[in-house]
Amino acid sequence: MTANAASPNHLQLTRDGQLRHFLTLDGLGRELLTDILDTADSFIEVGERSIKKVPLLRGRTVVNLFFEASTRTRSTFELAAKRLSADVLNLDINTSATSKGESLSDTLLNLEAMASDMFVVRHAQSGAPHFIAQSVTPGVAIINAGDGRHAHPTQAMLDMLTIRQHKGGFEGLKVAIVGDILHSRVARSQIRALNELGAEQIRVIAPGTLLPRDVESLGCTVEYDMARGMKDLDVVIMLRLQKERMEGALLPSEREFYRLYGLSQDKLALAHPECIVMHPGPINRGVEIESAVADGPQSVILNQVTNGIAIRMAVMSMAMGGQVAERQQKLNELSGLNERGLA
Amino acid sequence: MSALLDVDQLMDKLEAGLRGLLNERGIESPVLIGIRTGGVWVADIIGKRLGIEEPFGELDISFYRDDFSRIGLNPKVTPSSLPFDTEGRDIILVDDVIMSGRTIRAAMNELFDYGRPASIILATLIDLGARELPIQPDVAGQSLTLGMQQRVKLRGPDPLRIELQETEQ
Repeated sequence: MTANAASPNHLQLTRDGQLRHFLTLDGLGRELLTDILDTADSFIEVGERSIKKVPLLRGRTVVNLFFEASTRTRSTFELAAKRLSADVLNLDINTSATSKGESLSDTLLNLEAMASDMFVVRHAQSGAPHFIAQSVTPGVAIINAGDGRHAHPTQAMLDMLTIRQHKGGFEGLKVAIVGDILHSRVARSQIRALNELGAEQIRVIAPGTLLPRDVESLGCTVEYDMARGMKDLDVVIMLRLQKERMEGALLPSEREFYRLYGLSQDKLALAHPECIVMHPGPINRGVEIESAVADGPQSVILNQVTNGIAIRMAVMSMAMGGQVAERQQKLNELSGLNERGLA
Repeated sequence: MSALLDVDQLMDKLEAGLRGLLNERGIESPVLIGIRTGGVWVADIIGKRLGIEEPFGELDISFYRDDFSRIGLNPKVTPSSLPFDTEGRDIILVDDVIMSGRTIRAAMNELFDYGRPASIILATLIDLGARELPIQPDVAGQSLTLGMQQRVKLRGPDPLRIELQETEQ
């Protein structure tokens, strides 16, 4: 695997292509994505044991650094780290140091001084995890738990795991992502993952006002009419309407949106009879999705939550593994130089 | 050098040893657990020979290895599968080769996360000595001392054969 300085992989992969940070799905190939899914499968089995814990991150400290509110993502990251036997520190930065005027860099320096081994970062600013990964002490792994409108790679991977569980693979699949694509970091990561893993069709279904400009360039087709978009679907992913991010007149009204783009039983009936229904949560019942659909037999929404723990365990242990392997490699090289009297 | 050891003969010895031990301890319904990959192949054959009808379990010890902090995570881990409750059971833990004893330590740590077995018997097809931990097989098909450049590997599953290789240098 080649990595040049401009690609994100220069930052998130080791020289031999192992994960050492997990910032974005951009640049990660099908083989690595499949390794993540396979590793997560093994962690699902761990979650079914009487003791749901493995010793991989024993003695290491994971800091959940959340600059933006989140319940599901933070709690599944916390549980994942604990099931890997790590010590976990949860920091809600909104109510903490930055409100006392401390800069991001100073906060990080302090946390590093507590001998942290991994930061799980959620931030409203796109690129914040990249920034941290560039400046952090070598050996410390950074996991992106959602940054601005940019990416939410663990959410996308847990969605891929859920799809693979129910559909067996990605070959020939028709998948639609419906709703607020414009504000969605999840959608960007999902489209990227689905393309890399070989889904046949990726459709985005949304009103023009909730689509980013030039969305097709991400590798998907656009459908404004939901009835047409639902045809023959194997997977439909509903997105949450991010009311808190809406500025101006992007949306006529919630009722209007639900009539046009909400997933009702009638609309679901237009898809393939075995079409699964997904939603990253939290769901707005009656806004994006009818309760009967969210709780219905085709819904896999709660599977997604369970899979979220397994995916996060996989990504955390793989990134930590990449960091320690890289460190060991450097030590070996140094001792090789020492032996030859070159250092 | 290759195929120096006859797998069937080793299986005969392993089977006889296990029958004797189970008898001596009065164990009537043991369950088998093989350590991936070679141990699973051996468990499959030994299970049939001993007439154990319960399906055997498979352990992947990747999450319990003691060298994570040196080499990271095994990229090709597969889920362990124990199709029975281990609580209170008599377990025969099977591997193809024992050397340092580190694999067995990891496997036992993993096993105890499923419950508290009544007992564990360790059976290996080949015992290469060179132990680094105080762990010994209860039954082994064959003990073997290798030269510095020699390596032994079980290939399989069908047919199962033992390869003895001379490495470079």
